[in-house]
Amino acid sequence: MNDVNLKLVQKDQAQEAAVCRAPDGALSIKEVGKIYDPEGVHVVALEDCSLEITAGEFVAIVGPSGCGKSTLLNIMAGFDNLTAGEILLDGEPLATLDTAPKPGPDRVVVFQHGALFPWKTVLENVTYGPVVQGVMSPEEANDRGREMLSRVGLNNIETSYPGQLSSGMQRRVEIIRALINNPKVLLLDEPFRAMDTVTKSASHQYLLELYNATGKTIFFITHDLEEAIFLADKVLVMTTRPGYIKQTLEVDLPRPRHYGMLASVEFIEMKSELVGAVHEEAVKAFEAGEREMA
Amino acid sequence: MNPFIVLGLLLAAILAVGAWQQKKKALLYEVSWGHQIRNTLTSKSFLLQLAGFVVFVVMWQLTVKTLSLPWFSRLPGPWECLMEWLSPDPDYGISIYTADYYTHIVYSTYRATTAFVLATLLGVPLGLLMGWSRKFYDYSFPLVEVIRPIPPLAWVPLAILILPGDEPAVIFVTFLVAFFVTCLNTLLGVESIDESYFRAARCLGASKKRLLLDVVLPGAMPFIFTGLQISMGAAWFSLVAGEMIAAQYGLGFLIWDSYSLIQYPVIVIGMATLGVIGWASSAVVRSVGRKLMAWRERELFGSGQAG
Amino acid sequence: MANAATMTGAPFSVRVRKFVVSKQFIRGAIAIFGFLALWQAGSMGLFPFMHAIPTPITVAATFWEFLVTAKYWQSCLDSTLRVMYGFVAAQLVGIPLGLGMGWNRNFKDFSYPLFELMRPIPPLAWVPVSILFWPTNETSIAFITFIGAFFTIVVNVLGGVSSIPRQLVDAAVSFGASPKQVFWRIVLPATIPSIVTGMMVGIGITWNVVIAAEMIAGNTGLGRLTWEAYLAGHTPGIIVGMISIGVAGYVSSMAVKVVGDWLMPWKKIF
Repeated sequence: MNDVNLKLVQKDQAQEAAVCRAPDGALSIKEVGKIYDPEGVHVVALEDCSLEITAGEFVAIVGPSGCGKSTLLNIMAGFDNLTAGEILLDGEPLATLDTAPKPGPDRVVVFQHGALFPWKTVLENVTYGPVVQGVMSPEEANDRGREMLSRVGLNNIETSYPGQLSSGMQRRVEIIRALINNPKVLLLDEPFRAMDTVTKSASHQYLLELYNATGKTIFFITHDLEEAIFLADKVLVMTTRPGYIKQTLEVDLPRPRHYGMLASVEFIEMKSELVGAVHEEAVKAFEAGEREMA
Repeated sequence: MNPFIVLGLLLAAILAVGAWQQKKKALLYEVSWGHQIRNTLTSKSFLLQLAGFVVFVVMWQLTVKTLSLPWFSRLPGPWECLMEWLSPDPDYGISIYTADYYTHIVYSTYRATTAFVLATLLGVPLGLLMGWSRKFYDYSFPLVEVIRPIPPLAWVPLAILILPGDEPAVIFVTFLVAFFVTCLNTLLGVESIDESYFRAARCLGASKKRLLLDVVLPGAMPFIFTGLQISMGAAWFSLVAGEMIAAQYGLGFLIWDSYSLIQYPVIVIGMATLGVIGWASSAVVRSVGRKLMAWRERELFGSGQAG
Repeated sequence: MANAATMTGAPFSVRVRKFVVSKQFIRGAIAIFGFLALWQAGSMGLFPFMHAIPTPITVAATFWEFLVTAKYWQSCLDSTLRVMYGFVAAQLVGIPLGLGMGWNRNFKDFSYPLFELMRPIPPLAWVPVSILFWPTNETSIAFITFIGAFFTIVVNVLGGVSSIPRQLVDAAVSFGASPKQVFWRIVLPATIPSIVTGMMVGIGITWNVVIAAEMIAGNTGLGRLTWEAYLAGHTPGIIVGMISIGVAGYVSSMAVKVVGDWLMPWKKIF
């Protein structure tokens, strides 16, 4: 296992780390299409969906429920195949028409409802990846896991079970479980969806600190516009089915981000631009009678 | 020993267990032990529970013995059965002092345990495999579904014919019912596992074989143990029938034999013993389950504390 | 998700055609034919331990002989009636009892400990007491059958009532519903899924109990038919009896399922 470039996550050092971006993890999604059940109901989830993500970029994707956001993420993660186009990771084919989908530790997913194994302790969860891949001995993995947990202030819970933690802590552990694999891309599927406002804003802070320290490419699904603008470098609006990228918003807020920015004029302008675009799609989806597919 | 002394000892033991339970509660509610006992003894809930029990026993004695109503008069009374059970010199040869009583208990317990263990050893892996491999499921599930509707007890005659002797036949039918319950509950358990655990494990680099050990088995554990508890009950259920039909020892045999020999109090002793052993065996399965699923216990307890 | 869409979207005939050519169906057919073939080969001498078992072809022939006798159909009818009596009685007593225990705290305190004392006693252990108590053989078998289904249904109904979401009752009360209305309009419908589950489990137990009771103490019925075949050393008859019991049990389960679907149109079982 190469040395993970997780720097100290203390406020002042995070400032300097803000410029650091991982050298790899560039994604290029080319005219991707996905049709469920082509001979039967023929649901077109994605059509001609293209976007470029540079290495170390934090990209958020928003859109109405039931648009192809999660489908796209599942294809990138290797849970599902695509039916048109291709996806490249650092120029290498990641998902094509000819290859069977295969998940791997180079692009780890953090799930909507959380998927820490409830039957493993926090430390066992965190070390699962490196141990199961055989890249670290259990002892090495334990040391590494403890180190990473303590850097985000979770050093006293390693023997707890996930069920004993708050949802905010669970997500932090899950992100650490992903990062210990030193992935090229981090795929986050509405990870803060079910949280209350307070937990959510604290979780944003932790995620930003981890991002500043590691500079990993992040693909973040959400339907919370404020969250998207606050966290990301680039916010993409996806249309309702068939899904493609309708609009791209470059967020030029400086990093590190802090909560004061939520009230800035730039922020509010960007938000109002997004609200219009997303609202249009939401109404279309609502009228098409889409069921909540999340 | 005088039956009354034994009875007194038994009651004292029950009271001691009750008092000990109250002590734990007292700690939880942060009141004094005496206070907690007084609270419980005077609570409406406890009095009603006691009343329910007393009314049942009194009605039993009244209808069967005192009034000797038609139909009821042929049944043995509660006092008669209790005294027979505790007698050092029982009228019908079965009491807590006779070796025969324990022979029957040991036979039944041995058969139930053997069948249960075999059913678990076969049913759990089979259920896991069915849930884990689509192919295996497709081949095996139709067969299971074809054989399962035949009640296990309908197998008794065939089992006696094929297997050498009555003993394996009785164990076989007991095994069969426990097996289906265990296998299907395990399968249900695997199917109940949230897809994201599989996805997470695969993301983190787990092979298909690792999934079986790291996700399928622990994820299905809660259902497996529910299944095992039902399977334990079902095992006793068919064991008794099997023993009545085709055995020489065991509590089922004892009950049926006592009926034929007109030793009616022994029937009730047998039934009560079966009830106690059946309950105790489920309790054992439950506590093993709790031990194995510490993560679940702590989760529930933890959330209780936080709230 | 894609699968669910297939199942609901396509017309029935298309779904049937798809299923028949599907991997799942073909594998299932292979498994069952493989089983029958092994059985045939085993009985014909491939597996020595199966020498006592007749081949499936012999069994099929015997089945045909049974089917044309009046005794066979009488046995089916007798067993089915016993199952029905016991099962229906268990529902009639068990559902109100479970609802009562779930609805009224005092009633639960009064009856639950007794109920829990009786529950671990296996139903067949009641056979002698039942014979002693009830005047006719028929009523004793019905009573044992009743016992078999009774505890299951009560446990399920009680569980169902206790797990009704508090908001449902609160909402009804805030709209001004009387306790009576709450019971009939909220508690009862919300418990139906548990009642149906209890019925599905109960019907299986009932057949089990009836067969055993008939073998032990009956003089008619499918259980007795099987037992007589055993006493006569007529092995094909035993297997025919087993298959008949299996089919009868399966048909009853389907019937209960139909009733369940009708009771709760908002939700399909399995």
